[in-house]
Amino acid sequence: MDENVFANDMAGEALAVIETRNLTYMYPGATKPAIEDVSITIERGEFAILTGPSGCGKTTLCRCFNGLIPHFYGGKLEGDVVVADLKVVEHSIYELARHVGLVFQNPENQLFALSVEKDVAFGLENLAVPRDEMRKRVDWALQMTGIEELSERSPHELSGGQQQRVAIACVLAMKPDVMILDEPTSFLDPAGAQKIFEVINELNKKLGVTIILVEHRLDLASKYANHVIVMDEGKVALDGEPRRVFNSERARLIGVGVPKATRLYQILRESGVRLGKVPVTSEETSLLLREVLKRD
Amino acid sequence: MIEVKDVYFTYLYGVEALKGVSLTIPDGEFIAIMGQNGAGKTTLVKHFNGLLKPTKGEVVVDEVNTREVSVAKLARKVGFVFQNPDHQLFCETVEDEVAFALRNFGFEEDAIKKRVTWALNLLDVEPYRQASPFMLSGGERKRVALASVLAWDPKVVILDEPTIGQDHQQKEKLRHFILQLNAQKKTVIIVTHDVEFVAECNPRVVLMTGGKIVADGGAEEILTNPKLVVQASIVPPQITQIFLGLSDLGLPTNVIDVHEARKILLSLMRG
Repeated sequence: MDENVFANDMAGEALAVIETRNLTYMYPGATKPAIEDVSITIERGEFAILTGPSGCGKTTLCRCFNGLIPHFYGGKLEGDVVVADLKVVEHSIYELARHVGLVFQNPENQLFALSVEKDVAFGLENLAVPRDEMRKRVDWALQMTGIEELSERSPHELSGGQQQRVAIACVLAMKPDVMILDEPTSFLDPAGAQKIFEVINELNKKLGVTIILVEHRLDLASKYANHVIVMDEGKVALDGEPRRVFNSERARLIGVGVPKATRLYQILRESGVRLGKVPVTSEETSLLLREVLKRD
Repeated sequence: MIEVKDVYFTYLYGVEALKGVSLTIPDGEFIAIMGQNGAGKTTLVKHFNGLLKPTKGEVVVDEVNTREVSVAKLARKVGFVFQNPDHQLFCETVEDEVAFALRNFGFEEDAIKKRVTWALNLLDVEPYRQASPFMLSGGERKRVALASVLAWDPKVVILDEPTIGQDHQQKEKLRHFILQLNAQKKTVIIVTHDVEFVAECNPRVVLMTGGKIVADGGAEEILTNPKLVVQASIVPPQITQIFLGLSDLGLPTNVIDVHEARKILLSLMRG
């Protein structure tokens, strides 16, 4: 299939695909805001990681991106949130769903049909996509996620890793500009998780889909990201390039699980050893150490 | 002591999940059972408290064959925290949830109250005492499930994927807390994919693939063996990857700990 399926949609639009300004939100009946004064920009084509301690507001922020907040949850929203040039408060969840896809943390909560292809087609039926187009998109999404051979199987008899791919295919078939994935590999073994991250990375690099990955396990995912946002107690604590964010003192204080490759750089530095730059992957750390060890 | 003697297990729907597993876990041991999705890890540990009985072979817990004793009786000794807390929690409040098993075991109400408070504080969920477990986040529910088992003070604690959905700080707490249980001579058995967590804890590691045990040894020995690790669909810890990438310079390849890594590197650089 055409790999530039998203290219036409991209032409002539602003660089930012998600923008929030002083966004504050309080759930109905709550006494304090779940997120407070959040101003962030996510540019089209970025691979962003959203992380921070449990309960810091990550999920709430993601719900603002696809309109579940405020349309489904109600509550009190202040400030602005604009997604794909649409003001979220002025557009329905249905309209926003064409632009923002959400992959749930637990695929069992998302999959329900009797066959994989029916599950993948469901979102398209809701968008009233014509039958021919639907067939094409379902096949394409199954192919992109590497699960064509599972199309007739029941989602409930698949392994956790296969289910997670089906969940991604369901969202991908709707060709969203932005895909939000909430800990998409938490139930997988590391080899399975790595495969899922590679699928996500391919969608990002080849198709230009903007990725927002909510993740605690940064050792596996960090190498793909070019933007990291750390939240703490409802506020944005750190926002920037991965190396800078992981290496900041604040990240450590908040308790972000920085990759061990970065951590080794930090504790060597405390002992007076300086490596050329801040590494985020083990390959980078190996290379940097090699330079130092050879020099000595 | 838990003794697993050549155990085979076939589920009713026909899948043979264990294919001849033998394993001895002495009292007071800390052991991590690792391996790919579907390797039989959870099936194996469900034999330790009698939830599953072997199709062939036997499991003996403190000299009692699990076939000859009820799960209720075994549970007093062997506590099991499920992977998915939703498969375990069902009461209306967190407090009732944690008190439930204690009432079943016939503890006095005074003792129950004390133990519930102790367990809720230990797991950092005391503020949710009167809340419904289902109003909590995934990570919090997981801690309530753990509190409900620790409350009755079992001799053996089995934790199935305890780090899923936990942030870095909670994982650090969990690690201290497991080491503390272990220091109190409790047997701790974790089933996990979390390589970095295991590298930090450094327990005995049993590696499973396709219903069989393929390796059994110290974390430093198992997690740094690239062939074994690939076979079990896990990835070596980042520190190991870094050192494996430098093996041609004569660096050791069995390093899993970041502080150990610093020590070795500094001695080389200052050599």
